[in-house]
Amino acid sequence: MNTIVCVKQVLDPEIPPAKFKIDPEAKQVIPPPGVPPVISVYDERAVEAACRLKDKHKGKITVISMGSAKASDVIKHAISMGADDGFVLQDPAFENLDSFGTAYVLGKAIQKIGGYDLVLCGRQAADWGAGQVGSILAEILGLPVITLACDVQAVDKKVRVKRMVNDGYEVVEAPMPSLVTVSSEIGLPRLPGGMGLMMARKKQIPVWKAQDIGAETSQLDKANAHTEITALSVPTRKTECEIVTGGTPGEAASNLASKLIKLL
Amino acid sequence: MDSHKGVLVCGEIAEGKLAPITIELLGAGRKLANDLGEELSTLLMGSKTGSLGQEAIAYGADKVYVAEDNLLDHYNSDAYTQVAADLCRKVLPSIMLLGHTDVGCDLAPRLNGRLGGGLAMDCLELSVDPATKLMASTRPVFGGNAHARMVSKSARPQMATVRPKTVPAAERNDSRQGQVIPVEGKIDPSALKVTVVERIKEAVEGVKLEDAEVVVSGGRGIGNAQNWEMVKELARALGAAVGATRPACDEGWAPVTLQVGQSGKVVNPKLYIAVGLSGAMSHIAGCLGSKVIVAINKDKEANIFSVAHFGIVADFKEVLPALTTKFKELLSK
Repeated sequence: MNTIVCVKQVLDPEIPPAKFKIDPEAKQVIPPPGVPPVISVYDERAVEAACRLKDKHKGKITVISMGSAKASDVIKHAISMGADDGFVLQDPAFENLDSFGTAYVLGKAIQKIGGYDLVLCGRQAADWGAGQVGSILAEILGLPVITLACDVQAVDKKVRVKRMVNDGYEVVEAPMPSLVTVSSEIGLPRLPGGMGLMMARKKQIPVWKAQDIGAETSQLDKANAHTEITALSVPTRKTECEIVTGGTPGEAASNLASKLIKLL
Repeated sequence: MDSHKGVLVCGEIAEGKLAPITIELLGAGRKLANDLGEELSTLLMGSKTGSLGQEAIAYGADKVYVAEDNLLDHYNSDAYTQVAADLCRKVLPSIMLLGHTDVGCDLAPRLNGRLGGGLAMDCLELSVDPATKLMASTRPVFGGNAHARMVSKSARPQMATVRPKTVPAAERNDSRQGQVIPVEGKIDPSALKVTVVERIKEAVEGVKLEDAEVVVSGGRGIGNAQNWEMVKELARALGAAVGATRPACDEGWAPVTLQVGQSGKVVNPKLYIAVGLSGAMSHIAGCLGSKVIVAINKDKEANIFSVAHFGIVADFKEVLPALTTKFKELLSK
């Protein structure tokens, strides 16, 4: 079975908050120097889900990423995990697109690749975190969509997914091709193997521009954006931390409990 | 664009009642509708809605659209999307609000994809700009490191999912008048592509994380599974839920369903006790809404102290047993 995985390169979410800086004018985050961007957490789990399917059913995994030329790094990461092929979608017209624009571009690339049984996305990106692209993409491609997957199996030409709901989980099925968004509950992604790393090093990652995938510039016009960011700010937190002390740590604990009990 | 008017709340029914988030959305929606001088309506979907329509009116709705169908008994993505999208095409709301719940997180982006509006997810604050009459939605981005304000200039409806427990709930007034309107039309079964094979309710040990008034969370600093018992012990004494950071889940000390943070659950308890965790932004994103945060960490430079209200700088192994004992003593009084 053939799977297409959409991945995004993001600012490392594990950086210390002191390194997080924004440009409020441009409404952009300033990437901290010396911190390489990473594959978005959930997208890496989506690659893992694709690899598990490939382990069982063979087939091909193609990874696409819209972003800068450096997005080839996250595609190479996916290849080192077990993906076969990848494309970077890069064009000035793709910069700062909203979720709709992003889904439109990914949809065009997916249509160009064709021949897929499954499209996998992370449930949301670790940076802007909208959690919309997968579902909009499914609506654009006219695919059945299953969100928040914690297990993805292929059974008799159908995709069978265990998905998280508020009081447990449900198991659902859809005919293929389908689109599934993957959550972290699927489990840890595999570490790249030696073979995979070698594959990734050698692999050329082609770059597709708007015209390569037949994306119409009218669809990418910022004036037609569905949403617009009008302000970006760092929330101020005025918490004064009261350090509770005592003769011993145990005594401090006792003092703390006496303070907190009033809140319960 | 001017043909779109009013605020539509997409309600949720939980165990035969209006879900708490729906009452919060009615509160937020009423305010937006008043600011616009327009109507507030609600859509309720279920197999049997009983008197819930009337209840939604008591909570502020002017009109309640009620869609009853056995196919709507449980949340079904395809069925709910179809009914809600059809209603939106008829009612043409200017604003549509959903909960940032497992239902809203699935439904809102699909409706957005189908209707072509503008959607902001996980919003903490909504307002109407007095000059432009546009809705502005504030949402956390970059794991809560920043807040973005979003506007949809021309796309309609202007949609938002609202994080639970962030906006005040509507007050009930049973003397309020309104209209309950049954939604006509059957669900097209051929459009239901995804079938539910089974539903499993998971029993949670102790209190459920999202509903807990008190949460005790541990991080990598806890060190091993044996020490993790101390975290659970404190939680038990307080009737609290246990939470964990991503590294603690990765270590296998806690199941991934207890992960608090950007890639886990977002909690807003009265009291959040963070033990042996440094406070990486990705974790803090999940607990910043807590009324009071307490940090217990031996590193006084740990970032968690910058968001905490109370702290103890010491090895948690020397703090937790005494804390547990003292709480037990105080609570037994």
